[in-house]
Amino acid sequence: MEVLYQNLLQLDWKMIVMWAIGAILIYLAIKKDMEPTLLLPMGFGAILVNLPLSGAITQPGAEEGPLSILYGAGIANELFPLILFIGIGAMIDFGPLLSNPVLMLFGAAAQFGIFFTLCTASMFFDINDAASIAIIGAADGPTSIVVGQKLQSNYIGAIMVAAYSYMALVPIIQPPIIKLLTTKKERMIRMEYTQKPVSRITRILFPICITIIAGLIAPASVALVGFLMFGNLIRECGVLESLSETAQKTLANLVTIFLGITIASQMQADKFLRLDTLLILGLGLVAFIFDTAGGVIFAKILNIFLKKKINPMIGAAGISAFPMSGRVVHKLALKEDPTNFLLMQATGVNVSGQIASVIAGGLILNFFLH
Amino acid sequence: MNMLTASFEPMHFVDNLRYMGLGMLGIFIVIGVIMLLTLLLNKLTEDRSHDESEDQ
Repeated sequence: MEVLYQNLLQLDWKMIVMWAIGAILIYLAIKKDMEPTLLLPMGFGAILVNLPLSGAITQPGAEEGPLSILYGAGIANELFPLILFIGIGAMIDFGPLLSNPVLMLFGAAAQFGIFFTLCTASMFFDINDAASIAIIGAADGPTSIVVGQKLQSNYIGAIMVAAYSYMALVPIIQPPIIKLLTTKKERMIRMEYTQKPVSRITRILFPICITIIAGLIAPASVALVGFLMFGNLIRECGVLESLSETAQKTLANLVTIFLGITIASQMQADKFLRLDTLLILGLGLVAFIFDTAGGVIFAKILNIFLKKKINPMIGAAGISAFPMSGRVVHKLALKEDPTNFLLMQATGVNVSGQIASVIAGGLILNFFLH
Repeated sequence: MNMLTASFEPMHFVDNLRYMGLGMLGIFIVIGVIMLLTLLLNKLTEDRSHDESEDQ
């Protein structure tokens, strides 16, 4: 009889709090449709690993748990996020960006939050942890995982949860910041969009050239950029339709299933329920806010010198959260003027943010990986 | 809940501002190079792309 309730005695309040956190993540995924592909597995995993003596993770003196094995096989060595990047690269159409390369500057400006948060986080954490926390501002889960792992951060679980949660919360975080920094008149600025033809050769050479440039400048990040661009090359080469489709759908879906639930293995109550976690969540929010502000303010500064004004809201799309931030800007523009369509410009900036965030991750690794 | 293990060192913000400067400078340089390369690629392949669209 004792065998039946023995395990129940191991239950403590922290585990129940983690169940509640898991339930909130599942609720956000299903009811609010917030990044369901990741928040749902993470939410379920948070419950799974916080059962007393859970066999899903390695317990002292017991055999290895499957989630711990998956963590070692796919996250500790950064394999899952890198493979996922092949799928993401295959999904991205760089067309709007190639058609108007100047938009890339906004992607660069919107990485400001990463470096601001690096300084802010360094007041509380050692520099490697601060850099890993700052990269939450890349608004790009795989980059956060790779940087956090390479810098051997002690807070990888909280960083991954923050990175994915805030990506899902972009439609809530960005609009107030954009409105605070722009006037109604600025938000109503129209921008002409002319789709210039982009040759197939350019589309094929672009991912190859980006990989070479990023590899020469930030070699530590070349795997990140390389896998992203490899996926894009599969898409654009025109002779690997079937592989492109597999990378976009089957491969990305398979990795995502394992990624979410494996991340949850780092959400054990003892590791996760700390005031440090709350501080990291707060710093992640700071990163997103200053990313948005960086992009918008950069556009406003450019407007001082330009005759043909830019709608400063498109600067906010420079954070990597693709395609959410592009859509947020488009919707805000439509709200101010139902005939003002900024989707293509915002998408171009959004895609440039994807490249810029990976490069920012590479620069961070260059600074701190010794 | 465990105590906060992080300490508070406000001067570290100032000490690390150089990374902010270097980081933003670095990212603008890299993106600038990529932007120029893209403009160049577009320019070099401009005529060919017209030909391709005409062929189609």
